[in-house]
Amino acid sequence: MTRSTSTSAEPRSAAPAFDLDRIRADFPALRQEVHGRPLVYLDNAATSQKPQSVLDVIERYYEQDNANVHRGIHELSRRATVAYEEARKKVAAWIGASNPAQIVWTRGTTDAINLVAHAWGLDHLGEGDEILLTVLEHHSNIVPWQILAGRTGARLRYVELDEQGRLVLDDLETGLVNERTRLVTVSHVSNALGTVNPLPRIIEAAHAVGAIVLVDGAQGAVHTKVDVESLGADFYALSGHKMCGPTGIGALWGRRELLETMAPYQGGGEMIHVVDRDASSWAAVPHKFEAGTPNIVGAIGLGAAVDYLSGIGMEAVEAHERDLLAYALDRVGSVPGVRIFGPESQDERSAVVSFTLGDAHPHDISTILDTEGIAVRAGHHCAQLVMKHFDVSATARASFYLYNTKDEVDRLVEGLDEVRRIFA
Amino acid sequence: MLRALHYLSVQTVQAPMETPQLSSLYQQLILEHYRNPRNKAELEEKSVEIHMANPVCGDEIRLQLRIEGDTIAEAKFVGQGCSISQASVSMMTTLLKGRRLDEAEELAARFTEMMHGDEDAAKDRSLGDLRALQGVSKFPVRIKCALLGFDALQEALKKSAGRATH
Repeated sequence: MTRSTSTSAEPRSAAPAFDLDRIRADFPALRQEVHGRPLVYLDNAATSQKPQSVLDVIERYYEQDNANVHRGIHELSRRATVAYEEARKKVAAWIGASNPAQIVWTRGTTDAINLVAHAWGLDHLGEGDEILLTVLEHHSNIVPWQILAGRTGARLRYVELDEQGRLVLDDLETGLVNERTRLVTVSHVSNALGTVNPLPRIIEAAHAVGAIVLVDGAQGAVHTKVDVESLGADFYALSGHKMCGPTGIGALWGRRELLETMAPYQGGGEMIHVVDRDASSWAAVPHKFEAGTPNIVGAIGLGAAVDYLSGIGMEAVEAHERDLLAYALDRVGSVPGVRIFGPESQDERSAVVSFTLGDAHPHDISTILDTEGIAVRAGHHCAQLVMKHFDVSATARASFYLYNTKDEVDRLVEGLDEVRRIFA
Repeated sequence: MLRALHYLSVQTVQAPMETPQLSSLYQQLILEHYRNPRNKAELEEKSVEIHMANPVCGDEIRLQLRIEGDTIAEAKFVGQGCSISQASVSMMTTLLKGRRLDEAEELAARFTEMMHGDEDAAKDRSLGDLRALQGVSKFPVRIKCALLGFDALQEALKKSAGRATH
């Protein structure tokens, strides 16, 4: 294995140097050829690859510790329960939650949002109440609220976008958020464009009228250090699989008093205290929201992913991604016919480059890149409102993570040259 | 009514696939139809219209037919999407005008066979320009693109057959 000269030349500090070669070696899936070329994986906003340490933890759990949690008296159940609850503590510490009981395991961000829509929304919204969301949202942060509005008579209002795909907040405090607003729900970072939203201002405005705030952190905690306590939102939702963890696991952080007063989400085992014929009482938070046998190995795998990212340091991850983004915007932006969507200022965007190229449809771009071993996403990115805002049906999207390199950006640009040749 | 493609029916790839040639996919004729689609307009007097979309990728078309007796007198479409879906529907409409409904059915069946790798179907002259799409069969995730127009056609034929029996 070769060592990266750029990092090995730097002096040793307390934190280990960001060694890109070593990081890449941690991800087995990156060591493969696709259609005869080394894989260039640039679809990280959809899901990330997994480091060996996460894969090992999953295998070891099934080989040695597999048992149900919070039920058995036997040794395997004890081990499984300890590992499962340790993982909860890791996720809590990782996002700055003071109490692990404020971390509810979910299937992912979508499930976490649906949990809030059901368990909080059905009891707190009525005719004429308003939910404020944004045109930038992923469908998972739109559709649950449409369903809830249909059931409760609440009304949806949207924050619009400007020509750079940023939220237009001119009327935030003077109309968008008002005395009828009960909930404001907004993404930390846009999956379609990479726009980083100004959460502190939105949270302050919502709290000024007594509304609660849910942050869709599916693309947030993945790339940047999050501190939910100082952020001040009421709910923060995240997915494990976008941050080196397994699929099917995510978490909802919530303010303690909200979680404690909310109704359960689903009924079943694990979430009860006492069951009688006509009624039951609920287990304490967070178990009240975790009916049925949970995704034990998913939680433990996510804990291992947190360990992995903590070992590298999110500041280092963020710095690397900033560097890559600057390079990618410059290189991709200089390809003739390319139109890049999203904020011009790199301070307002995450490592996502959403683009179109001449009259080549994004699906065609993606197919051509695939034959070169390059994986990008093409389509509406589950953000059809964003596509409509820009009056396009689809974009191609290259999204980067800690293991991507500038050489891979160069490969992407070569692939785009091939697209231009075919669609000349 | 909006109908959705059954994208789950797309054949799955078991083993890493052999690298297909891009040149077999993006033939000049396909790009020519993509840029200059035939019969892309609203049909004044239509007997049937089907809106077909692929929710996964957002491609969509509205196929409009004027049927006189058992014959397709006119076929037009409007829509947007990738080169494969738009070229395929463009090519399809050029072959529909003047065809009997059962012939249109046969055309759809033949094209579907070609998409599933049938070499004989790919040589069938009745497919006209559509034969240029043979290479799509080597790109399993793109087959649904090529079938978008034909899925709409089959829905349209089903709908008109229902009406004819009344």
